[in-house]
Amino acid sequence: MEALMLSIVIFTLATFLGVELINRVPTTLHTPLMSGANAISGITIVGALVVAGGGHGWISWAFGFGAVVLAMMNVVGGYAVTDRMLQMFTKKPEAK
Amino acid sequence: MPFGLTEFLYLIAAVLFIIGLKRLSSPLTARRGNLVSGVGMLIAIIVTLFDRHILSFQVILAGLLVGSAIGWWMARTVKMTAMPQMVALLNGFGGGASLFVGGAEFLKVELVGGTAPLDVAITTQLSLLIGAVTLTGSVIAWAKLQEVMTGRPITFPMQKAVNAVWFLAIAALATYQILTPDQLLWPFYLVIGLSLVLGVLLVIPIGGADMPVVISLLNSYSGIAAAMTGFVIHNDVLIIAGALVGSSGIILSQIMCKAMNRSLTNVLFGAFGGGTASGKSAAGLSVRQVTVEDAAMQIAYAQFMVVVPGYGLAVAQAQHVVRELADLVERRGGEVKYAIHPVAGRMPGHMNVLLAEANVPYDKLCEMDQINDEFQRADVALVVGANDVVNPAARTDAGSPIYGMPILNADQAKSTIVLKRSMNAGFAGIENELFYSPKTAMLFGDAKQTLTKLVAEVKGV
Repeated sequence: MEALMLSIVIFTLATFLGVELINRVPTTLHTPLMSGANAISGITIVGALVVAGGGHGWISWAFGFGAVVLAMMNVVGGYAVTDRMLQMFTKKPEAK
Repeated sequence: MPFGLTEFLYLIAAVLFIIGLKRLSSPLTARRGNLVSGVGMLIAIIVTLFDRHILSFQVILAGLLVGSAIGWWMARTVKMTAMPQMVALLNGFGGGASLFVGGAEFLKVELVGGTAPLDVAITTQLSLLIGAVTLTGSVIAWAKLQEVMTGRPITFPMQKAVNAVWFLAIAALATYQILTPDQLLWPFYLVIGLSLVLGVLLVIPIGGADMPVVISLLNSYSGIAAAMTGFVIHNDVLIIAGALVGSSGIILSQIMCKAMNRSLTNVLFGAFGGGTASGKSAAGLSVRQVTVEDAAMQIAYAQFMVVVPGYGLAVAQAQHVVRELADLVERRGGEVKYAIHPVAGRMPGHMNVLLAEANVPYDKLCEMDQINDEFQRADVALVVGANDVVNPAARTDAGSPIYGMPILNADQAKSTIVLKRSMNAGFAGIENELFYSPKTAMLFGDAKQTLTKLVAEVKGV
């Protein structure tokens, strides 16, 4: 139970940290923020890899494969599309 | 790997996520921030592959290749106007992944025999529920945005009651499962099945134009689902990353709701936009329609023009032409700014992305609060495919369904030119007084075609 309590503490603190960080993101960047945050939620890939590599017969094959594919689409798709958008914003404003 | 190193590297990954999000606070550092975040993800993946007692690599390799290829292809080919659909799908994938991981962990215990500890049992059920709801909810949101299905709210009698009972049934089954020492399969599959249907039930009564809120919220869910998975497999990096994403989605939903002057409850359960909304009737009023030539003349001689882009601009893919027109005005010595309402477009910040795609410098994209006082000195306010966000009834008519919603003061400009497909009412289903104002000139037709004609005319002035 102590480990669980510690995890809950981490979860709570990270939530507050998230609020602080996200409030500083300008409106202009809210779409890339969403797709970027989305890519981060692809961290489930860690769990997916553990399942897929666990050697638990059909469970690993079916659930593990499904989880890895979905999580990787989330990760690669999320980061790549965010990069594509941010690249448009990083261009220097035209000289006046 | 030596003891503790794995945990340390996971911590590094979490810190890189945080730094990545922090760099998003400015458009100049944002791209590198995203890269930093990506490096964090790479570290997390590599550490897991080396350390977590991986027995077979075939499934993993196949999964990594297939998932990466599809993800990459989607990211490269998606149109900027279709970004809301893309993000909706990505949310769904995240939820689906959590569902799979939670399910596998449950089945593993069932296979080996024995009982999962209470905390694992609870969080497993939660990751099944939230993952499944996120998955199907996102698919419905995608279908509405893609217009594969109707954007209108789908309602039926006793809907809220049905949804509530549905949810309670899932909660009861999950609780039963948690309290039973054996891992039973039938409640497990029932919880998944009912949760998948719940995702559909929750999103169908929400109108197409409220999808920005729904996507933000599902974004949050996908984060929370990841955090729950973290509780299940005892991994803190999942918990931290999930919590960060969870709070991001909640904040964005709140911003959207505030910009529409509605509560989150109203958006989720109000079935807004059903066409029953009342408002002042336009009977007896007439609009002033002008020719492209007249409008072009006005624009050409404007010292200061404010462009108000709305969803119509995105639909017509007119972002490039609008910039061409703005360039012409600037070349003639005028000033151009863009007034972006927080709910313009179909997701938070969507309009900014579209205009950035058309190379509009981001310092010309003004938020509502920055620009609203400047409308008074604008010679022309050019409204492109926006309606409810410039409706003065939000300020004046207490009986209007959008009363109290913060709007752009396009009606305070010296003159207003509205590009619109037809006189059809906007999403809220109400008349817009702005269109009947003597200062307003209407130009009907497809936004892109009209703008192209305007560009040609202004060139000739």
